[in-house]
Amino acid sequence: MQIDITVNGTAESHDVEARTLLVYYLRDAVGLKGTNVGCDTTSCGACTVLLNGESVKSCTVLAAQVAGEEVTTIEGLALEDGRMHPVQQAFQECHGLQCGYCTPGMVMAITSLLAENPDPTEEYIRLGLEGNLCRCTGYHNIVAAALAASQALEMRQ
Amino acid sequence: MSILGNRVLRREDPKFLTVGGTYVADLALPGSVHVTFVRSSMAHARIVSVDSTYAQAMPGVLAVYTNDDLGLPKFPTIMGMTNEAMTPPMLASGTVRYVGEPIAAIVAESREIAEDALEQVVVEYEPLKVVIDPVKARTDEDLLFPDAGTNTSFSLDFGGDETLFDDCEVVVELTLANQRVAPCPLEVRSAAAHMSEDGRLEFNSSTQAPHGVRDALATFLDLEPDQVHVVTPDVGGGFGAKGAVYPEDIVVGWCAQKLGRPVRWTETRSESMLGLGHGRAQVQHVRIGGTREGAVLAYRIEVLQDTGAYAGFGAVLPFMTRMMTSGPYKIPRAECASYSVVTNSTPTTAYRGAGRPEATAAVERIMDLFAREIDMDPAELRRRNLIEKDDFPYTTPVDTVYDVGDYHRALDLALEVAGYDDLRAEQVRRRTAGDVRQLGIGLSCYVEITNGLPDGEFGAVEVRPDGKVIVRTGTSPHGQGHVTAWSMLVAEQLGVAIEDIEVIHGDTDVVPRGAGTMGSRSLQVGGAAVNQAAVDVVEKAKDLAADLFEADRDDIVLDKANGRFHVVGTPALSRSWAELAEAAAKDGTALFAEVDLASPGPTYPFGTHISVVEVDTETGKVNVLRHIAVDDAGRIISPLLAEGQVHGGIAQGVAQALLEEVVYDLDGNPLTSTLADYSFISAAELPSYETRFTETPTPVNALGAKGIGESGTIGSTPAVHNAVCDAVAHLGVRHIDMPTTPVRVWSAINDAVTGHGTAKGGR
Repeated sequence: MQIDITVNGTAESHDVEARTLLVYYLRDAVGLKGTNVGCDTTSCGACTVLLNGESVKSCTVLAAQVAGEEVTTIEGLALEDGRMHPVQQAFQECHGLQCGYCTPGMVMAITSLLAENPDPTEEYIRLGLEGNLCRCTGYHNIVAAALAASQALEMRQ
Repeated sequence: MSILGNRVLRREDPKFLTVGGTYVADLALPGSVHVTFVRSSMAHARIVSVDSTYAQAMPGVLAVYTNDDLGLPKFPTIMGMTNEAMTPPMLASGTVRYVGEPIAAIVAESREIAEDALEQVVVEYEPLKVVIDPVKARTDEDLLFPDAGTNTSFSLDFGGDETLFDDCEVVVELTLANQRVAPCPLEVRSAAAHMSEDGRLEFNSSTQAPHGVRDALATFLDLEPDQVHVVTPDVGGGFGAKGAVYPEDIVVGWCAQKLGRPVRWTETRSESMLGLGHGRAQVQHVRIGGTREGAVLAYRIEVLQDTGAYAGFGAVLPFMTRMMTSGPYKIPRAECASYSVVTNSTPTTAYRGAGRPEATAAVERIMDLFAREIDMDPAELRRRNLIEKDDFPYTTPVDTVYDVGDYHRALDLALEVAGYDDLRAEQVRRRTAGDVRQLGIGLSCYVEITNGLPDGEFGAVEVRPDGKVIVRTGTSPHGQGHVTAWSMLVAEQLGVAIEDIEVIHGDTDVVPRGAGTMGSRSLQVGGAAVNQAAVDVVEKAKDLAADLFEADRDDIVLDKANGRFHVVGTPALSRSWAELAEAAAKDGTALFAEVDLASPGPTYPFGTHISVVEVDTETGKVNVLRHIAVDDAGRIISPLLAEGQVHGGIAQGVAQALLEEVVYDLDGNPLTSTLADYSFISAAELPSYETRFTETPTPVNALGAKGIGESGTIGSTPAVHNAVCDAVAHLGVRHIDMPTTPVRVWSAINDAVTGHGTAKGGR
């Protein structure tokens, strides 16, 4: 079936099987490989993207379900002038990534979390990231990056 | 000023953060077909038949292959040490021995078709008796390999000295489980293969050891190593479990050869939970003895290692456990014996620490019980028995030679950072008040071995006429940050900007040799090789400069602040690296050095971890309040990366102590085969950590560096475990096995308070 979705501001239209999950629509039809698949039970959050600005796990959404809506992936997060988004920036400055596999999902989840609560506590961040798994960092620097990004975003406003 | 020891941000990051890494599943491979594997649903059974008629007839299915079709040999033993009868076949041959064992490979035009075809393959089984408990396996009552006549795959039959504990006033014993856990890298196993136009096998692998994959493919597929080209793109974590070559890798290569089409395979997470090797899986019996004044005199550990269904690397993990038997303590007499047995479960393999965390877990848990028995503070008992800094090099009773250390310094610093006395006072307050939430304080002093299976490593540095520096390394990072760290090492030697350095790894055509990244070896061997190549290339540049300046070779100076060479006393007349590379090119050579560094031998990082937990005595729930880690990995080249390694290790240690366990039922059915069922630790269960480094440089390598990749796991696991047991010790609980889940902790408290038997796991 033909499915139109706006991905990172670009109108995409692809003919895919009805059972196609959003993550495979993004990876295989649109060709954006930044969004990763880490499990098959909606547990790990590696595939997290923004749907109309809010985080969703794209392995648990059918592409057909979000026809006509707006999706943002890691490839679409950088600022218009090409600089990294404050969340991306904070991840590098705080060493919030190692192997990088959970990173796109983490960055999108935190972007959504900070939109919801611009001034979160450490505990709020930790609970908010419960659905995003990382095996490398022990989460310490991911949480630090989220806190640093919240400050950077506040200063920007 | 030196760049080493500074907090240099990772050069790898911008790509990961803006477009994501390039993992095997991301690689474009036009026209590729997909492999999936029919896997056993039985833990132990004879295969009566495999009927793939329906699957083969499905549109889009190219082929279904069983082991007979492949005609490939079995895997070899591990270094000739494991039982030859117990090595795995490529695909199941006649008998299946664990749930998830690959039986047949399906090749189809798309992954979806291949998965649909899976359901059309009918396997008929004749069930055999299932052996899932390693204790039962050791009795040899039911055999996995009847021809072998035993379930024992490997043993280290040392010890048995009857007089070991003769002069001990106090002897304490414990049987404890070091449970089976799943490594769970976020990226599952994945491979892609095709034949190049000139007939070579091109192979992409998510591995820790690309050259190992190349050599295995060549051996199994009867090719010369140079007919195989392995490229390892970004790898989404490994933790030891991607150090081995798996049957699926070889089958993917075989299919590409057989079909002449590009082939790719990416397992699902649920497959990965059964197919990727598991870690730990030991049952330990330990005995410690000493005086009432706290002098430990004797220690014995007996290890029962669960190998899983076939004897792979998991079988020889006790080798490492034995090397670290007596930990950081000066125990006059110590012994270790081990028996590895096969069971109807996923084969075990290396997992972050690989045999050493198990050694530390045993000695640290029994040290706490010994302290309790003689009514001494556990920190004081440790202080009285730690090896002194003047004792190095120190030879242990099992003949392991520790290089260098200052174990007391790490303990003292950890106690200071923790505010140990105040914590104990708070614990007394809560105990006296009978608070619902009791405080537990757990210590772990550790020493471990890194680069324990000594291999050498390849490193090369080339300066090009455009001023760019090309570094090639035999290590194969999967999150460790070698691009940044090796750039720092080379920048330090050459006096160039790290932006001008390119680091190449994971391509067996460009990097001729390499042992890969495992066992915390990379910096101390691979980094040292790159460092040596950089030193050598400076020497070569000085030769060239001497010719150009028509000066004495010994008068040539490299001004590292500017990256320029001049004759001593005349800095105004100088040549850049690019100019010297240009001069070399004109001579028809290159400004280049490569090094095959022989292994300098293992090093022994050490430290002390302290965990502070709160246990809700009404629910058994454990909350980790603080984790203090003092680690000494010799000289720290990159504090940013070193800290990151410790952080990740701590989380995996807390995970094993509190949450994670691979569970099978008695019929060998896995009960934790998805990430919904397996308690993979999340941010919500962890605090931020308090990390410190002491630096005691090792004389073993030129960098003074020891490994840091696994220390966090080794130090943290027993600290957290001891903290949980400590929190409820005053209620009469002696021991709770890991993972100390709420139900286990609650049961232990309940049993102790009501006087009913021993809690589950409290053997």
